[in-house]
Amino acid sequence: MLLYQELTLPSGQKYSQPLGLFINNEFVPSSNGSVLITENPGTGKVITSVQAADPVKDVDRAVKCARKAFKSWKSVSLIEKREMFFRLAQLVQDNIDLLSQVESLDSGKPVKTNAREDVEAVADTLKYLAGWIDKTGGDAFSPAKGKLCYTLHQPLGVVGCIIPFNFPLSMMSWKWTAIAAGNTTVFKSAHQTPLSILVFAELVARAGFPQGVFNVVSGQGDSVGTALVRHLGVDKIAFTGSTRVGQLIQRNASVNLKPVTLECGGKSPIIVFEDADIDEAVKWAAFGIFYNMGQICSGTSRCFVQRSRYEEFLIKLVAFTKESFPVGAPEDPDSVVGPQITRDQQIKVFSYIKGAISQGCRIILGGPELPNIIADDERHNGGFYVGPTILADAEPHYRVVQEEIFGPVLSVGQFDDYEDAMRISNDSQYGLGASVFTQSIAQAHQFADEVESGMVWINSSNELDYHMPFGGVKMSGHGRELGKYGLLNFTNVKAVYVNYCKL
Amino acid sequence: MFSRTVYCGAKAATAHVARYQLRCFSQFPLSVPINLPNGLEYEQPTGLFINNKFVPSQQHKTFEVINPSTEEEICHVHEGREDDVDIAVDAADKAFTNGSWSTIEPAERGQALYRLADYIEKDADIFASIETLDNGKAISNSKIDVQLVINYLRYCAGAAGKFDGRLIDTGKTHFSYTRKEPLGVCGQIIPWNFPLLMWSWKIGPALAAGNTVVLKTAESTPLSALYACKYVARAGFPPGVVNIVSGFGKIVGEALSVHPKVKKIAFTGSTATGIHIYQNAASTLKKVTLELGGKSPNIVFADADMAATVQNIIMGIYFNAGEVCSAGSRVYVEESAYDSLVDQFVKASESLKVGDPFDETTFQGAQTSQNQLSKILGYVDIGKKEGATLLSGGERVGDKGFFVRPTIFGDVKESMRIVKEEIFGPVVTVTKFKTLDEVVDLANDSQYGLAAGIHTTNINNAIKVSDRLKAGTVWINTYNDFHHAVPFGGFNASGIGREMGQEAFDSYSQVKAVRAKLQ
Repeated sequence: MLLYQELTLPSGQKYSQPLGLFINNEFVPSSNGSVLITENPGTGKVITSVQAADPVKDVDRAVKCARKAFKSWKSVSLIEKREMFFRLAQLVQDNIDLLSQVESLDSGKPVKTNAREDVEAVADTLKYLAGWIDKTGGDAFSPAKGKLCYTLHQPLGVVGCIIPFNFPLSMMSWKWTAIAAGNTTVFKSAHQTPLSILVFAELVARAGFPQGVFNVVSGQGDSVGTALVRHLGVDKIAFTGSTRVGQLIQRNASVNLKPVTLECGGKSPIIVFEDADIDEAVKWAAFGIFYNMGQICSGTSRCFVQRSRYEEFLIKLVAFTKESFPVGAPEDPDSVVGPQITRDQQIKVFSYIKGAISQGCRIILGGPELPNIIADDERHNGGFYVGPTILADAEPHYRVVQEEIFGPVLSVGQFDDYEDAMRISNDSQYGLGASVFTQSIAQAHQFADEVESGMVWINSSNELDYHMPFGGVKMSGHGRELGKYGLLNFTNVKAVYVNYCKL
Repeated sequence: MFSRTVYCGAKAATAHVARYQLRCFSQFPLSVPINLPNGLEYEQPTGLFINNKFVPSQQHKTFEVINPSTEEEICHVHEGREDDVDIAVDAADKAFTNGSWSTIEPAERGQALYRLADYIEKDADIFASIETLDNGKAISNSKIDVQLVINYLRYCAGAAGKFDGRLIDTGKTHFSYTRKEPLGVCGQIIPWNFPLLMWSWKIGPALAAGNTVVLKTAESTPLSALYACKYVARAGFPPGVVNIVSGFGKIVGEALSVHPKVKKIAFTGSTATGIHIYQNAASTLKKVTLELGGKSPNIVFADADMAATVQNIIMGIYFNAGEVCSAGSRVYVEESAYDSLVDQFVKASESLKVGDPFDETTFQGAQTSQNQLSKILGYVDIGKKEGATLLSGGERVGDKGFFVRPTIFGDVKESMRIVKEEIFGPVVTVTKFKTLDEVVDLANDSQYGLAAGIHTTNINNAIKVSDRLKAGTVWINTYNDFHHAVPFGGFNASGIGREMGQEAFDSYSQVKAVRAKLQ
C-alpha cells in the first residue's frame, strides 16, 4: 500500500502527499487496508485515496500512543513547549504556498482569497497559543489563618479532536489549544478533506514535537469518529460539525462521562435597523454569508431589515454581491466563491432554494442551477458550484429561515421595530452568532445583551479574533474555543487545600 | 572624520594620551572594533541610540569603559547629556503619539520582540563575552544571563495583547468596561550588575504594553545594550520606540526623572538614589517603580537538608560575586545546626574559584568597579573594627582586577553596620537563633524587604514563616531562584512595584474605565 503519492496541483506544482495515518510521528498504513477517497470539488474528479483508520485497531493504537506520550509531555518544560509552537508556526509560514494549494484542492476554497488566509491564520493561532503556554496557572489565597488554598490548572489527558471540512487546517489549529494546555491528541479529519492535515503533520514532527502528542486518523465519522468518542482511553472530545452529529457525540461520550465541547450549526441573524449605515451593512451582510461559499457555522444566513430601508438594502446588496463575490474555480486567483464541498451539498442547497421559491421567496440573485460562468467551463462544470443567491421577502417561519443550509444563500425579510427584531432573532433553535447594524449606542448594546447567542457583532459580521471566545448556545452547542476561555476547555481545575494549623 | 581603532588591553600610557586627545576632537567614531580575550572579535557601537540610529552626543563628550578584570580601558563610548536626553525623549514622544507602536495590533509588537530575541540568540556568544568583558562576571554566568534575556523577551512577546481590560456587569442600565492603555514615554534607568538582563526586564514589558522607551545604562556597563540596538531596526521596531542614552546618573538619570514628557520612571539601583528619583518624579507626578537595595535574611532550620542548604546559601550570597540586590547576606542558623553548617559553609566558600572571568571554570569574576571593590573592603574593615569574627576570606585577590575572596563574618551583633547595611559584594554574616519567633523578628528587623530564604523540610514552618516575613520574594529550599513568570520586587525600602510575571505589565499601563448609560 502507498504511503505517499506524488500529486500535481492545479498550478502545475508537484508535491508528495502523505497518505497514511499519522501515529507516533510516523505515517503508517491502515490495519484493515481500507481507504478513503477524496474528490476535488472544483472539478468533481477524484484526487486520490488515503488510508482509512480501522475503527477498532487503529483508533486504539493512536489513543494508546497519545496516552503514553501524555506522561512525558507533562514534564516537557513550558519554555520548550512554547518554542516548539513557535517553530511550528514558522514552518507553516515557510510552507504557506504548498499548504494553501493543498487546502484549496481538497476543499474547493479559493486558493488566493480564502485558503491562503486560513494558513496564515494557522500560524498566527499557533503563535498566540505559544504566548499563553508560559503564563498559565490558577489562583492562590489564604482564606483563614493557618490555611493556604490554590488551584492547579492541569491537562485532562488524551483529547479526541473531530474537525470539519469547511476550514480544515484552521479548525485544526483551534484545537491545538488542547496541546498548548498540556494534553495529547488524536485528530479525526473530515472525510471530505483528509489531505492538508497530513501535509501539516510532517511539519509537526520537524518542529520537534515528541511522538504521540499529535496523531491523525483519517476516516468516516460514523465509524472512526464514533470509535474515538466511545473509547475509554480518551478523556475528552472536542467536536466541530453539524448539530445532528453533535447530539450523537454527546450521547456516545456518556460511556465514560468524558466531557465534550460542541461547536455545531447555526442560523445566525443579521438585523439592520433603519438608522444603520446601509452601505456598510450591505458589505458585511454579503461577507457574512457568501464568504467560504456559505460554509460557515456562524454565517449570518437570515437577514431582516427594518421596513423603511428594505428595498434600498436589497438593491445595494445585489449590486455589491455581483461585484465582490465572483464565482470561479478555486485555483483562479480572482475567484471568491468556489464550489460547495460535495455533490450532495450542492444538491441540498439547490433544493432549499427551490423550496424557498415555492414558499413565497423572490429570487433577486443566483438560483438553483450551476452559475453560467461555470456551466460554460468544461474543466470545471463537473464541480459542485452554487452561485451566491439572495431570497427576498422571506418570512421567519420559512424553511430557509429556520434550517441551516450551509451554502451561499441569504434569506432577507423585514421587521417593524426593536421588539419585533429581537423576537425574530431569538426565534431559532440555534444560537451561535448574531449581527446588528445600528448607530444607536443604547440599541446596539441592548441587542447584544438580549439576543440568545454565543457571539454578537455590532456593525459587522463574522469577525474573528483569536483573543475572543467562539461558540454558541442552544442547539449551536456548548463550550468556547480560542481566547483565554479556550484553554479552560482543556483543563482540569484542581483545588488544593493546605492546612498548616492544628485542630 | 577622525577615525582610529581601539584595541582591548591597550597600554596604559597610550590609553591616557588617547583619552585626552579624544576629548578634544569633535568626532569620536560611532563604533570600534574589539578583540575579546577569548579570541572572538566584534564591532562595538559607541554612539547613543536614538530614532533607530547610532548618533554622537551633541556636546561630543565621551567617557571611558573599564574592564574590571584587568583595570584597563576597553574603549570609550559617547556620553549623553541633557540635550541628548531632550532629543531622545522627543523621538520617543513622537513615536508614541504617531501610533506607529502604541496603537498597532499587540501581536505585531509581540512579533518585533520575538524577532529581537531571535537575533540575540543567533549572536549569543558575543553578547555573553561583552557582558563578561564589561561587568567582570564569570562567563558561565554571562551565558546564562543571555539565555534569560532571550527567554524573557519571548515571554513579553507572547504577553502582548493578553492582559487587557474587563467587562464589568453593573446591571442592564449601563455598559461598563476597562481598557489598559500604555503610559507614553518611559524613562528607564538600569544598574550594572546584570546589564543586559536588566535591560530586558525594563524594555520587555514596557514595549509589549505599547510604550516607547528612553533607557540609561549604568556608566560602568554601557556596552551590551548598545550592541543589542544593532538589531532593533531589523527586528521591526519603528524609529523612536527604543532609545538608549549612555551616561552618568547625575546628568542623564536626573534629566529623565524631571523631563515633563517622560510619563514614567523605572529605576533599579540603590535606595538612596531611588529616593531622590522618586522626589524628582513627584513634581510631574510620573508613575514610578523602584527596585532598590536589600539585606535579605537566609534562615536555616535544623531540619533542613544540610548539604543542599550549603549550596543554596552559597548561591544566595556569592552568585554574581554578591552583586545581587536580593543577595541572602544575613544567614540565621538554628542553634543545634550552627556549628556543623558554618563549618561546611566555610569549606565550601574556600573552594570557590575566583579569577579570570573568561575561564569557563571560574565561579566568581571581578567586582564591577574600583568603587565597589573599595566599598567592600571598607566594610570588611568596619566588620573587624566592630568586633565581628572573620571566619573566611576578607581580602583582595591579586593586585590587578577588582577581585575579592568570598567572605564570612561570625559572632555578629544585629546592631553592627555589616549586619544592617547593604554591602553589595561577596560578604555574609552568620548568626545563631533559638526559636521560630525569634528568627522571624531578626529577619524582619531591617529597613529593607526584598527577599528572604527559608531552609526546612517541615511544611508548616515553611508556610508560617513565609507568611510572616516582610519580603517581596520568599524562597523555600532554594535562593536567587528566579522565573520570568514570577513577580519580583520589594517591601519597604527595597522598592515599589514588581518586575516579571503578569504584574510587570500592570506597571506599564493605566486603566481607563468606560461607562455608558443605556437609555
